Amino acid sequence: MKFTTAIKASVLSLGLATGLAIAPAVHADDYPSKSINYIIPFGPGGESDISARHQQPFFKKMFGQDLIISYKPGGGGAVGWSQLNSMPKDGYTMMGINLPHIIIKPLQKDVGFKTDDVDGFYIFHYTPDAIVVTADSEFKSLKDMIDYAKANPGKLTFSGSGKGTANHLAQVTFDKLAGIKTTYVAFKGTGAAVQALLGNQVKAEFGYTSVGAKHSDKVRMLAVAMEERHPSFPDVPTFKELGFDIVSGAYRGIAVPKGTPDDIKNKLSEMIGEINKDADFRKKMEADGFALIDVGVDKYADFIAEKTKGYVESAKEAGVIK
Amino acid sequence: MAAFENLVAAFSPLNLLLALGGVIAGTVIGSLPGLTATMAVAVLVPITFSMEPASALILMGAIYTGAIYGGAYSAILLNTPGTPSAIATTFDGYPMAKNGDGDLAVTLACIASVVGGLVGATFLLILAPPLASVALAFGPVEYFWLAIFGLSLIAALSEGNLVKALMGGCLGLLLSAIGVAEVSADIRLTFGSQVLVGGIETVSALIGLYCVPVLIDLVATPDKHLKVTTETKGIRLPEALAISWRGKFNLIRSSVIGTLVGILPGAGGSIAGLVAYSEARRTAKNQDEFGKGAPDGVQATESANNATVGGGFIPTLVLGIPGTPPDAVILGALLVQGVKVGPNLFTSESSIVYTFIYGLFLATILMLPTGLIIGRYAYRSIIAIPKAILVPTVAFMTLIGTYAIRNSVSDVVIMVILGAIGWVLGRFGFSASPIVLGLILGSIAEQGFVQAWTIGAATENLTGMFFGRPISLAIIAMIVISLLGPSIVKLFAGRNANADGEEKQ
Repeated sequence: MKFTTAIKASVLSLGLATGLAIAPAVHADDYPSKSINYIIPFGPGGESDISARHQQPFFKKMFGQDLIISYKPGGGGAVGWSQLNSMPKDGYTMMGINLPHIIIKPLQKDVGFKTDDVDGFYIFHYTPDAIVVTADSEFKSLKDMIDYAKANPGKLTFSGSGKGTANHLAQVTFDKLAGIKTTYVAFKGTGAAVQALLGNQVKAEFGYTSVGAKHSDKVRMLAVAMEERHPSFPDVPTFKELGFDIVSGAYRGIAVPKGTPDDIKNKLSEMIGEINKDADFRKKMEADGFALIDVGVDKYADFIAEKTKGYVESAKEAGVIK
Repeated sequence: MAAFENLVAAFSPLNLLLALGGVIAGTVIGSLPGLTATMAVAVLVPITFSMEPASALILMGAIYTGAIYGGAYSAILLNTPGTPSAIATTFDGYPMAKNGDGDLAVTLACIASVVGGLVGATFLLILAPPLASVALAFGPVEYFWLAIFGLSLIAALSEGNLVKALMGGCLGLLLSAIGVAEVSADIRLTFGSQVLVGGIETVSALIGLYCVPVLIDLVATPDKHLKVTTETKGIRLPEALAISWRGKFNLIRSSVIGTLVGILPGAGGSIAGLVAYSEARRTAKNQDEFGKGAPDGVQATESANNATVGGGFIPTLVLGIPGTPPDAVILGALLVQGVKVGPNLFTSESSIVYTFIYGLFLATILMLPTGLIIGRYAYRSIIAIPKAILVPTVAFMTLIGTYAIRNSVSDVVIMVILGAIGWVLGRFGFSASPIVLGLILGSIAEQGFVQAWTIGAATENLTGMFFGRPISLAIIAMIVISLLGPSIVKLFAGRNANADGEEKQ
């Protein structure tokens, strides 16, 4: 039995190799007829990578083709997105996209792409922002934390992933709505931010629900930035319940190079939507702390426009853009 | 009993095959500059979905181990560290190859890698949960001081050319600031060019600064690439074993250093190799030979960087915080498989993790025969290929390898320009290592400093933040020793010589 898995593995790798070699013409009817390159504009191991890795086996199972994941890190995603439109437009190349990155980055400086250059066709989930503390923290509730911050302005330190990111903008909004002053310390990615939290280098982390899921034995969340409670954390209140209107997080989706035929884009949008509907997939994603949403190709532009307003406002307040 | 079952599981025919295949593939991939362990493991992930978690881990761990060792080939034979972990391997490996001892150096590297790998895996097996707390004890300020310690080694490692080495280090620090800053998100020093937005990628800088000057010199001089003293001597195993036995303390010490540095997420094999190298040199009797082809130097770095494999798995498996970039890929694959990492992995789901650790031992041991055979082949082909073919082949590989890192033409352009700059600077007596160290450690130091300053300022305790934490103080002490150590030794040596006439230090 174990040998069959070995054989399966080698057949699969052979398939990968031939998939790369043969390149037939593009037709929406028989699309996809070969494996699809799925580029992540970040390094491996982050939330973007993990969500792509979750989609990978379901795509193979449902549509018979492989997703070949590769990484193009640099410039907080800018290296990848600035090159996206010069890639093959045959529907066999797509790239992960992240909000607020694709909105904030181009507003900071010329990074080689504008938000409108990114031809997104689906936003499939978000990792809701959440305030995370260690299991033995003195803060039992969000109220404890706000009381502390009021008594000690600036002394409440949050670790978080990067600056001008979902974590950072949520912290800025939280400060404003709660009328407090806290200190945000940017780390390189969620892994480093969690490390700082678990090592008690900071008082708390402005992280994602995925942090609460992954480190459930060592941390707890005080509030999550969702409309309703996360199915995996029925005991953790939303910011809304506690009186703060924060629904935010890092949204992830996929874009294709501009010029990719519309019928292929529509088909891809349908396919990603179908994966999102799969009960097994939902269960896995939710267990990891993701919150699934469905913004397909027809709703994409409105979604970006709506999100842009909120992000720009808090990014200005955070001093990330002028 | 359970341990025995896991041992048996690790040695199942499938796992044996995976470990063997993984080590071979990893060694070959690691030997090609530009192709990294991270990339190799990432390509494998979809294949591992159809496997049991323990087998998947064994395959990925084997590739990873092999790739770290494979990096030694290009470091020794081409003066090009395939990965940052092999930077210090070039210090003595390449001079050895130049002197006609390339085969010996490759064999020594293989033995050292196996020892390092075994020590790292032993720590992972026995002490993983308690050692994981080391990773948490390191806060931003400790990373800052650790990076400064790494930079201080520039001074310690470059006697004679100290000023030039420090200038090189500063150039590296400047280079590290290019692109989007990690913690402030500022876009710096790009001069309006999009080529520079992504910053200077470390591996492409390694290839440019180390390999291009070698290629130019090969073309510019009529000499053979490596001196070949006698007809092929084979792998010189007995000789290498004898040297390794003599250097056993060095090997063990370097392996322990490698494991401990490996536990710190983000610190990486480059620091491990350097610290081990400078320790080996500081304690050696033959200090003058270092940098001119001392086997101890190769042993120190190669055992240390392979020990980081086991060390890096400690925070990855216990805390869910990847110790190294390849660990990050492996962690992602495990999550998708539904394996929840954490201390529980060592208790409730222990069969997976222990089968994997035994598999890692197995892969490391298999690296001895396979590494020796592949190493012999690599050495022979490098000395047998005529220069007219060697240069274009390697040049082509540097281009492809640089491009492959993140499929970026910008990286290739940067690599070629840095190569030209490196060659010119080399003519004026600047070596590549300080520049690369500045580049790698600059961003670690900057992030640590900014974070520590922010936290220190927020808690109104800046002095305590930087100078009041025990681990920081210990690292500061090491910095002082590494900076002042050589002069103090000289001072004492001088006094003793004066007092006791002919007696040496």
